Amino acid sequence: MKQPFNRLTAIAAPIMRGNIDTDVIIRIERLVGNTVRGTLGRWAFGSLRYQPDGTENPEFILNREPYRQAEILVTGPNFGCGSSREGAVWSLQELGIRAIIGSGFGDIFFANCFQNGILPVVVDKAIVDQLAADIEATQGAGRVSIDLETQTIVTPSGQRHTFEIDPRRREGLLQGLDEVAMTLQRDDEIRAFQAADRAARPWIHFAGQSA
Amino acid sequence: MLAKIWDQHVIAQISDDTDILHVDRHLLHDLGGSRGLLDLKSKGLTVHNPELTFATPDHAISTAHGRAGTSKIGQELLAALRLETTASGIRLFDVDQPGQGIVHVIGPELGLSLPGCIIVCGDSHTCTHGGLGALGFGIGSSELTHVLATQALIQRRPKTMRVTFDGRLPFGVTAKDMILALIGQIGAAAGTGYAVEYAGSAIRDLPTEGRLTICNLSIELGAKMGMIAPDEKTFEFLRGRPYAPRGEMWSEAVEAWRRLPSDIDAVFDREVLFDVEKIVPQVTWGISPEHVIGVDGRIPDPRSVGDPAQAAAITTALDYMALMPGAPIAGTPVDWVFIGSCTNSRLSDLRAAAAVARGRKVAPNVRAWVVPGSENVKREAVAEGLDKVFTDAGFEWREPGCSMCLAANGETVAPGQRSVSTSNRNFVGRQGPLARTHLASPASAVAAAVAGAIADVRSLER
Repeated sequence: MKQPFNRLTAIAAPIMRGNIDTDVIIRIERLVGNTVRGTLGRWAFGSLRYQPDGTENPEFILNREPYRQAEILVTGPNFGCGSSREGAVWSLQELGIRAIIGSGFGDIFFANCFQNGILPVVVDKAIVDQLAADIEATQGAGRVSIDLETQTIVTPSGQRHTFEIDPRRREGLLQGLDEVAMTLQRDDEIRAFQAADRAARPWIHFAGQSA
Repeated sequence: MLAKIWDQHVIAQISDDTDILHVDRHLLHDLGGSRGLLDLKSKGLTVHNPELTFATPDHAISTAHGRAGTSKIGQELLAALRLETTASGIRLFDVDQPGQGIVHVIGPELGLSLPGCIIVCGDSHTCTHGGLGALGFGIGSSELTHVLATQALIQRRPKTMRVTFDGRLPFGVTAKDMILALIGQIGAAAGTGYAVEYAGSAIRDLPTEGRLTICNLSIELGAKMGMIAPDEKTFEFLRGRPYAPRGEMWSEAVEAWRRLPSDIDAVFDREVLFDVEKIVPQVTWGISPEHVIGVDGRIPDPRSVGDPAQAAAITTALDYMALMPGAPIAGTPVDWVFIGSCTNSRLSDLRAAAAVARGRKVAPNVRAWVVPGSENVKREAVAEGLDKVFTDAGFEWREPGCSMCLAANGETVAPGQRSVSTSNRNFVGRQGPLARTHLASPASAVAAAVAGAIADVRSLER
């Protein structure tokens, strides 16, 4: 079971630069090794959060109050593009992020979010821009609400927007479902497929054995 | 073509647009492979089909001779990969063995990747295998565990886009330039949510390895899947490869593969037409692959851009890259040249690079590396004497691996230094903290190494 996601009202931090890739979210050397989970939060957005001498960059939004408390990110276009590293999602999770609202996400990052109980919300760029402006107008103090049940977000000034989400993924988040266990329940179907496919495409199932 | 491959792999439909798909080939590497196998073990599960799973170290190993300098943690990952693949009965192509190499180089090279197959790997450049008419895509760690446990994956059917590259490729212009020019024109997010099929006369004219390069950069277009219809060239490329079918099974397979290309009346959600005759050798100037211009072009000036967000993005990129707005990109001095990566490290790439390097010298202020994509590529290149061409010219000839493309193995460009790289990502810090990366083709990279600055390869090739 993953942690389910139902609704959340929290501080939100706008990071509006476009094309923030997963290398920028977490550098690769932080992910080398099998025991890195749990160590990643402090390295999330490392190149933006820290100066070359290792001290905090006071201008970066997540280094400022109240944005340090953010549980929601509001992001520019194509957030999470690039590498498939799930460590990008893990690092945001360890930073306390539970939802991300943007106009578009890298496809693999988007899928990885759901696997970890993080909700990525896709809405029109105009809504994202307005939401960011709304948050900044309150110096970050105004909270953003997300309700997955009703598929709505509410901005600090009270504006309500609905969002679309794949019903299967919505259900998975609401219930914290484990996909591996669910698919394994259908193992007889997988094996039946393989038996039929072995006859149809033997070259797939006997790789190298004809060599 | 997407529909044909997709439908053939549906184990069960779970909603209107989402299916459980069979995975035909699962590639593991040293960065995430043992992590996945250990994760599986911790859940009390075993590998569903070890015979459809293949592993090799590439990301975290050193590419120095004798693998000297592989970090302690890189060595631990390799040891864990050996242990866990052995325990699970998974074939490992180990260091110094034929078959070892960058996952996306060895898949096609060994005939593991075949037209019409679904191939996944915990690496976003798995789209590369689409160059053979396979449906390849990158997955995250959770999905990786899912595939190990079930040999299946839950996927939502993507939209379809066809990019038609028509015309004859001009002199000095390569597959890498084609795909970079496309990304420059339609943007790094244009492919989000799509599977892209590349078609047209310029694609049909490309050799198979060039098609792998095109598909490799699909993810830089935002698309996790890219593919090209298999044809006679594809079949000739695969014939006789170790894991390709043989004898009667080969004929049966080819017959099935001939049915894969999209039907003439196939409808795509988006169509893009691209005339290749206007393409010049490309080079990136910024921090996204869409920040790309012809090598004869000028660096963009944010002051001449109307949209403030776009102007700000250019300013951010130019600050990071330390470039002057409006200046010609050619002549920008470089410190490093890297020839390698799953984009451009195959034999044809090394031949193209060697053709420019032959009889020339790397400029004295430049460090230049050639990292072959696999042990087999290395051996073939050595047999042709390409290693000698490179070392005579002042390049370092290294062992196969991912190396400086993602700098996971300690091989980095120093802070503030500028690199021309044949890899796929010019992201902030991709080749090392504060490193500045310009993406280009192998021939263009050699031109930069020789000139000591970004240079137009056409002036050397003529």
